[in-house]
Amino acid sequence: MSVATTDREIVATGRRLARRRQATVSLALTAMLGAVAILALVLGDRVIAPGDVITTLLGRGSGGDSFIVLGLRMPRLLLGLMVGAMFGLAGAVFQSLFANPLASPDLIGISQGASAGAVVAILVVGWSGPAVSLSAFVGAVVVAGLILLFSGRADAAGSRFIIIGIALAFSGQALIGYLLTRADVRDAQSALVWLVGSIGTVRIGELLTTAVGGGILVVALAALSTRLRMLQLGDEAATGLGVRSGPTRLLLLLVAVGLAALATAAAGPVAFVAFVAAPIARRLFGGRGPALLASALVGAVVVGGGDLVAQHAVSGLQVPVGIVTGIVGAPVLLALVAGSNRSRGTL
Amino acid sequence: MTDASHDLRAADLSLGYDGRPVVEGLELAVPDGRVTVIVGPNACGKSTLLKSFARLLRPDAGVVTLDGADVHRVPTRRLATVLGLLPQQPIAPEGITVADLVGRGRFARQGMFRQWSSDDEVAVASALRSTDTLHLASRSVDELSGGQRQRVWIAMALAQETDILLLDEPTTFLDVTHQIEVLDLLHELNRERGVTIVMVLHDLNLAARYADHLVVMAGGRIVVEGAPDVVITREVIGEAFGLESLVVPDPVSGSPMVVPVGRFHHVPPT
Repeated sequence: MSVATTDREIVATGRRLARRRQATVSLALTAMLGAVAILALVLGDRVIAPGDVITTLLGRGSGGDSFIVLGLRMPRLLLGLMVGAMFGLAGAVFQSLFANPLASPDLIGISQGASAGAVVAILVVGWSGPAVSLSAFVGAVVVAGLILLFSGRADAAGSRFIIIGIALAFSGQALIGYLLTRADVRDAQSALVWLVGSIGTVRIGELLTTAVGGGILVVALAALSTRLRMLQLGDEAATGLGVRSGPTRLLLLLVAVGLAALATAAAGPVAFVAFVAAPIARRLFGGRGPALLASALVGAVVVGGGDLVAQHAVSGLQVPVGIVTGIVGAPVLLALVAGSNRSRGTL
Repeated sequence: MTDASHDLRAADLSLGYDGRPVVEGLELAVPDGRVTVIVGPNACGKSTLLKSFARLLRPDAGVVTLDGADVHRVPTRRLATVLGLLPQQPIAPEGITVADLVGRGRFARQGMFRQWSSDDEVAVASALRSTDTLHLASRSVDELSGGQRQRVWIAMALAQETDILLLDEPTTFLDVTHQIEVLDLLHELNRERGVTIVMVLHDLNLAARYADHLVVMAGGRIVVEGAPDVVITREVIGEAFGLESLVVPDPVSGSPMVVPVGRFHHVPPT
């Protein structure tokens, strides 16, 4: 059957339309990311001019500049951006798998599981450093396993999965609360710093683990992204079109849990990032698809930018980044909801 | 489009949900290149049967085979190049354009190393044209009317270029004009391209008009199957639906038309 060239052009235009906006939004977000990165390297107790930062990055800076830029500010910046992107991706995958903005790792217990793991490590076992991160990772994975176990199967209805997750989140909170009330004040203090989400102290090993683990998971997610978009048509339609919906769902869940667990293990449960990154990204896009790339960029900008504010907003006072994202997150969410009430119903 | 002949059938098929049996010991061979319509009262197992044909539901016993192979053993993606499915309530992601949605019908034809190609573009354009939705290509699916949206979903199934198309109540939620429009479109697909169509319909009279092969189900089994004018009788409607009725020829198509009686009316003496 012959199809006129104009027909094909009409199809191509219809498909390009959304893609063009995606490209524009991604470019704008990348520019913001660049700005955040420059500021993060320039600002500090000692302000280093952008020109000197570039010289230092090229390996020709003075010893002092090199230590500050490469040794202190760069690791913190990189960890912030990576953790933000990972939270953003994890949230986007969860929310689009369950077609529900409430299905975010920080609401359905994954973050609480990680926190409980970390708090047990700090307060009960007396660990510190990488062992705490490992314990946090295990905590997140345990909660994800429990949710899957209780909800029966990976393709279980979204609301069931979310309700079980929220219940487990409360259990996690209860455990954390119990341990904190019984702990020595100084130990409790260090647990609390972890609990609000902080990227203030960065160990190189942690940075590498996060980068390698996150990199592998991101590649896996990229390979699954077409299928994730297909699943948005509903499991039955996706199966009819040739996607093995059950196993695909499970794989995507594992990748998202891995991202959330790894990010939480590295930085603590940075409030609201996983929850708001994808809704913000979708809003910028005009509400289309899982918006993975944009969610990752929004997450990175939020954590990177949030950490700038946390470090420099009040001179002489540094707060953990989780405090800033928490304070900013609530109004952003409210603004989003108010905005979507005016246009159409959903986040 | 399709010259290949296929053999889709269910043998000794039992289906259920969580151990609760819905369909038991059912045998059905789908006539190749024809329009088969499954009707029956609510909860008779007709949608369940269609789901098992589409490998969405594993049988408790028995087997659904396509060309001799168990549909659950054929790789899903390969099956999707022969057997298309339009579920009762597919979900359109918010903000998706018509061209993008219909393009997803091409998933099974693409692969790791075979991305979107000009073949895909041609298939999508042709699907949009035959469903008269080409002018909507750049529109967002949310903005369409119910009838337009259903045509777009059918276009997605067409872009899949399968020889067999399964549809679960494709006319639900449509007004009568759009119901006829959708059924005419499916009829045309069958007659012009030889696509084998199997669908579940609620409306007995439309089923009788559009079916080549009519399957009447009740209580998880087939009451009777065959050509509509043979199958649809007062007795069959009584047995399957528990409804007293009069069957008269449809003045437009000549196919049997069921006129229900109900508690407050009587069959006029002849």
